[in-house]
Amino acid sequence: MAQVQLKNVVKKYGALGVVHGVNLDIAEGEFVVLVGPSGCGKSTTLRMVAGLEDITGGDIVIGDRVVNDLPPRERNLAMVFQNYALYPHMTVRENLGFSLKIAKKSQPEIDRAVDEAANILSLTPLLDRKPGALSGGQRQRVAMGRAIVRQPEVFLFDEPLSNLDAKLRTQMRVEIKKLHQRVGSTVIYVTHDQIEAMTLADRIVIMRDGHIVQVGTPLQVFENPVNTFVATFIGSPPMNLLDGTVQAGQVVLADGTTIPLPPGLHIADGRRVQFGVRADNIMPEGHALPPTAHMAFVDMAVTLTEPLGTETLLYATLAGTEIQAKMLNPRPVSPGETMRFGVALDKCHIFDADTGLNLRG
Amino acid sequence: MFRAKLPPWLVLLLPAFIIILAVVAIPLILSLYSSFTPYHLTRPDTLWKWTGSFNYIKAASDANFWKAFGRTVLLLTIALNTEMLLGLGLALMVSKVTRGQRALRTAMMFPMMFSPILVGFQFKFIFNDNVGLVNNALQSLGLTDVAIPWLVDGNLAMFAIIFAEVWTSTSVFAILILAGLFAIPQDPLEAAKVDGCTPWQSFRFVTLPFLMPFIYIAMAIRSLDVARAYDIVQVMTNGGPARRTELLWTLIGRTGYVDARMGYANAMGYIAILMSIGFTIYFFLKLQTARRELGMGEM
Ligand SMILES: Nc1ncnc2c1ncn2[C@@H]1O[C@H](COP(=O)(O)OP(=O)(O)OP(=O)(O)O)[C@@H](O)[C@H]1O
Ligand SMILES: [Mg+2]
Repeated sequence: MAQVQLKNVVKKYGALGVVHGVNLDIAEGEFVVLVGPSGCGKSTTLRMVAGLEDITGGDIVIGDRVVNDLPPRERNLAMVFQNYALYPHMTVRENLGFSLKIAKKSQPEIDRAVDEAANILSLTPLLDRKPGALSGGQRQRVAMGRAIVRQPEVFLFDEPLSNLDAKLRTQMRVEIKKLHQRVGSTVIYVTHDQIEAMTLADRIVIMRDGHIVQVGTPLQVFENPVNTFVATFIGSPPMNLLDGTVQAGQVVLADGTTIPLPPGLHIADGRRVQFGVRADNIMPEGHALPPTAHMAFVDMAVTLTEPLGTETLLYATLAGTEIQAKMLNPRPVSPGETMRFGVALDKCHIFDADTGLNLRG
Repeated sequence: MFRAKLPPWLVLLLPAFIIILAVVAIPLILSLYSSFTPYHLTRPDTLWKWTGSFNYIKAASDANFWKAFGRTVLLLTIALNTEMLLGLGLALMVSKVTRGQRALRTAMMFPMMFSPILVGFQFKFIFNDNVGLVNNALQSLGLTDVAIPWLVDGNLAMFAIIFAEVWTSTSVFAILILAGLFAIPQDPLEAAKVDGCTPWQSFRFVTLPFLMPFIYIAMAIRSLDVARAYDIVQVMTNGGPARRTELLWTLIGRTGYVDARMGYANAMGYIAILMSIGFTIYFFLKLQTARRELGMGEM
């Protein structure tokens, strides 16, 4: 177990900057998830921590050592690669034990560690196979086992579940969480799947274009996104955003519809803003959570429905923008039907139209 | 009509049959047959005299033949292994070069572009004891003041031949191994780094197993090449002095064309070919094992 610190870390390929001064403190035993859209520099950041990529500027500290110039083997960490990176010429057993063999551990010691890891990951019947004879999910577990066996201070995961089907992914997510609870190592986990991020993380780090946009617990980033990027990236479906202008404590939308500002917000008249509301906070009357003290109501025509079982996702148009709303205790709704929707204002956000920043923040 | 009676598949295959017959089968059968006769080039009627395995028994009990055989195997072993090691080193170095790598790869192939006969002449000159470059250089540097008889002393001559052979063909290994290096997936190498490998350990445990199939392919190709070595030796030493660099094929060539004893030469030729086939099978089995190790399946 060790803390990991990134201090103003910069990565450039020639003139092309890829990571622009990332600062991040990760506590001992913490599970941190890096999320962001494709190409935002997540893998690069992770690979710099691993030592597979030189850093152009800044410092990386693991434990209490600055590791900038240390090769990966001296950093005492384990990494699970996106495409497994197993050794194809070794059996599962040899794959799992390889790092210990390199570390010159005794054979009984290696066997014990390998058997234990195989047990945890249900790999025991596969120990004598080569990776070529394994399914994707099995390879993934071997990759994970290889990391566990080392008992490193820091685990690095680079989108380890992206090649699995939905069911296996859920299953492995639980396994990873259990693993972390058992061994308590520090974990840095990269994904672009926000559900993985929400379910696994102690803290989420949201990145865009080589910058950190927001750091916080899953609930913090869900409830208080710093800008429209985070608001639409975290949470599913993404937060609805409506363009409007502030007039006398209300947001006037493009077609003249007005919605009051969320309580406690005071914004000068004439300011152009975006009104943000999640599908969970805009529900049709009679199919909603009990109303709160701060409700507003709008009429919208439903264009499309997506029944999900316990709830139905409604697509409707408000002031020319398509938005998504949730309907509890669903009943059949025919397209074109106009319904009255309640908006829970205290859960809504106002973003500056130009900068995208959350004006509550 | 007669033509109508031939089935179409036969008609279609006939040209191929005829060509194979003329080019491969007939010479093969003829030479195999002649190896069982005392066929002498200057006495055509000897071709019709069947002597059974006489030639083979004679070869098997001929000390010169076995010496040539042994020398060929020795040449093969030393040349192939040296070329493999040098080629591996060369390929590893070239693969690290980032600028001008294409030019280097092309330059690497230069030795292969010369006729072995010319290479033979070139090294014959280089190793000449009076006017040769090597002796001149050694003497100018003051390392020796006698003229070393490179192509006259048996061991030194063998060394000179191996040197020429290695000079010509190391690039075959280098190029094939380089192709292998380019084909290696990077992920396992990165995994090895994180797993704690030093560069040497990464090479030993990950890179090398990946390269083995390429090395065995090169070995198989080159073993055929070296086993039939003739030209360089013929030019540099003509099998001499006093047969001390005689290889299988220089011996066979001399027996067949100088002594005109074609039947005997053919018998030795078939033994030599069996040896080549033996080496090829050996390297192919190795290749298959190496491929299976990598989970690449059968060929
Ligand atoms: N060797 C390289 N040379 C130049 N640019 C590179 C190199 N490697 C990565 N990049 C660039 O760096 C940026 C960040 O890449 P990175 O792999 O970190 O993205 P990522 O966030 O992991 O994306 P993904 O979710 O698709 O894996 C990308 O724009 C990529 O094009
Ligand atoms: Mg990536």
